[in-house]
Amino acid sequence: MTPLLEVQGLTKHYAGPHGRTLRALQDVSFTLAEGEVLGVVGESGCGKSTLGRAVLRLTEPTSGSIRFAGEELTGLSRHAMTKRRRDMQMVFQDPFGSLNPRHRVSTIVGEPLVVHGVAGVKARVAELLDMVGLPPDSGSRFPHEFSGGQRQRIAIARALALSPKLLVADEPVSALDVSIQSQIINLIAELRRKLSLSMIFISHDLSVIRHVSDRIAVMYLGRIVETGDAADIFARPAHPYTQALLSAVPTAPGQPKRERIVLEGDLPDPSAPPPGCAFHGRCRHAMPRCAVDIPALVPRRVGDDVALAACHLYEPVS
Amino acid sequence: MSSTVLSVEGLTLTVGGKALVEDVSFHLAAGEMMGLVGESGCGKSLTALATIRLLPSPPVEIAAGRIVIDGADVRALDSEGLRRLRGDRVGMIFQEPMTSLNPVFTVGDQIAEVLEIHRGLGRSAALARAAELIALVGLPAPREQLERYPHQLSGGQRQRVMIAIALACEPRVLIADEPTTALDVTVQAQILALIDRLRRDMGMACLLITHDLGVVSDVCDRAAVMYAGRIVEEASVAELFARPRHRYTQALIDTMPASNPPGALLPSIRGMVPPPGARGDGCAFAPRCAAPVEACRKVLPPLTGEAGHRAACWNPAS
Repeated sequence: MTPLLEVQGLTKHYAGPHGRTLRALQDVSFTLAEGEVLGVVGESGCGKSTLGRAVLRLTEPTSGSIRFAGEELTGLSRHAMTKRRRDMQMVFQDPFGSLNPRHRVSTIVGEPLVVHGVAGVKARVAELLDMVGLPPDSGSRFPHEFSGGQRQRIAIARALALSPKLLVADEPVSALDVSIQSQIINLIAELRRKLSLSMIFISHDLSVIRHVSDRIAVMYLGRIVETGDAADIFARPAHPYTQALLSAVPTAPGQPKRERIVLEGDLPDPSAPPPGCAFHGRCRHAMPRCAVDIPALVPRRVGDDVALAACHLYEPVS
Repeated sequence: MSSTVLSVEGLTLTVGGKALVEDVSFHLAAGEMMGLVGESGCGKSLTALATIRLLPSPPVEIAAGRIVIDGADVRALDSEGLRRLRGDRVGMIFQEPMTSLNPVFTVGDQIAEVLEIHRGLGRSAALARAAELIALVGLPAPREQLERYPHQLSGGQRQRVMIAIALACEPRVLIADEPTTALDVTVQAQILALIDRLRRDMGMACLLITHDLGVVSDVCDRAAVMYAGRIVEEASVAELFARPRHRYTQALIDTMPASNPPGALLPSIRGMVPPPGARGDGCAFAPRCAAPVEACRKVLPPLTGEAGHRAACWNPAS
């Protein structure tokens, strides 16, 4: 079965300071099956948001291939791409900045339908508002009349208006309080089941990522450093960065404290990345080779298992 | 208790007659780290700011209560007395290290200023001490850091500089308002470890304001949970998370993704936090509570229990 989304060697470079090149995405490859949720996790500046935007070509990739439902997206004209985005929608972090304050909710939620010339806007908007758990009279109100959690419901309703196959959710619950966060996570999980959505779920919050994802991709400085089944990665992280990231998460209340790997130093400057593995300067297992050779993301032998990790600690499976 | 350095008794804050914070009392001993935890709008930051009278008045009035820091009655201090208290006996760190630092002065200027004003040090002595402080908070090459401007630092480095400023006069109390919320998890782990080490070494009392129960569970000795302007529960961290009594505390813990198996429906807290002025006569949490009894909506539950664990709940969870 061909995957819904197949991304190969996706790269995005920006012009950086002092004539340097800022490498926001470097050679990123992954696939997404129908109905699957891929969690993309990493710290600020790792390229996870750029990845989400580049897949939809909201940010034009520098190179690489994006195949969606068998069709190559990178060569499509603007017009053709707009049509393709019917099936690919996005939800953003900030439920305050992503809704036009001058428009009524019915206009906001109905806009994608109008843009794509779909008939029966009014009935569909009512259906969508009900689907995301908003009261029927919400349509005639303005965004400022709603709380953060409710605004995120409006943004989700808009994203689902055209019944997309793929939803890219960039930190959709990060701006919300814990009690509201769980409501939105439940809503996303329910909609995913009901509509058999495929999702790229981007978050810096590992407990949220663990909760919603089938598979996980861990990013560091523009590259995926480890990817695999969510349960496997959380149980047996292979890459030293994944290990440090998982250990840095505050323990859940009432659970035993873990041994913490406190990393030295900060994320390197993405416009002047260190040679070799970008993580080697902070890695407690760094070897001379790590400063020279960029490790490839290939299946590697980790103990008795095989993991997809970009790390010289483990020998590639031949 | 002779070792009490910060004591707040019956604090009530109002804006235009509406109570934002009501009847809040807590005590902080030397060397102790206490968490003040709750969701947006619960009054945790207002409470912290009020303890050193950093609230804009008007509109915010201290309507009642007594605040004593290191023997001084804070409400009775004049502006000169307050100036001597802040930055000297009480240090503060805020969430956003970029806006808390002055962008046009070097790191050295900003640390030295505190020492010149509060300790009467000359310029070169102040800079020498500033370099020591920079080393103390774990920044490399202290002498070079003195010459740098805030924009040349990463978020984690800026927060370290803020901590150096807050600690310059070896305060008795450190108030940290969401000090790691804007930082990545691996950097958060570094900063929390630093604050924890310094308060132990210097015997400083530390009030940590956060929305993150995981952070509280990791670094605090004790915690007070706030809801709608009141402390609803207070206990040692181990006790609070092992046997939460207030239904709100219980619900907060249960709703976290980390407390649940991956993919499971999260037990969510229905509804929203009531705004000031609409909190009702009884327990403000009653309309959202999973197990309300007759009294909850009518009579305000008192904060009762033994000295180590108090809760304001008519139908405690344990």
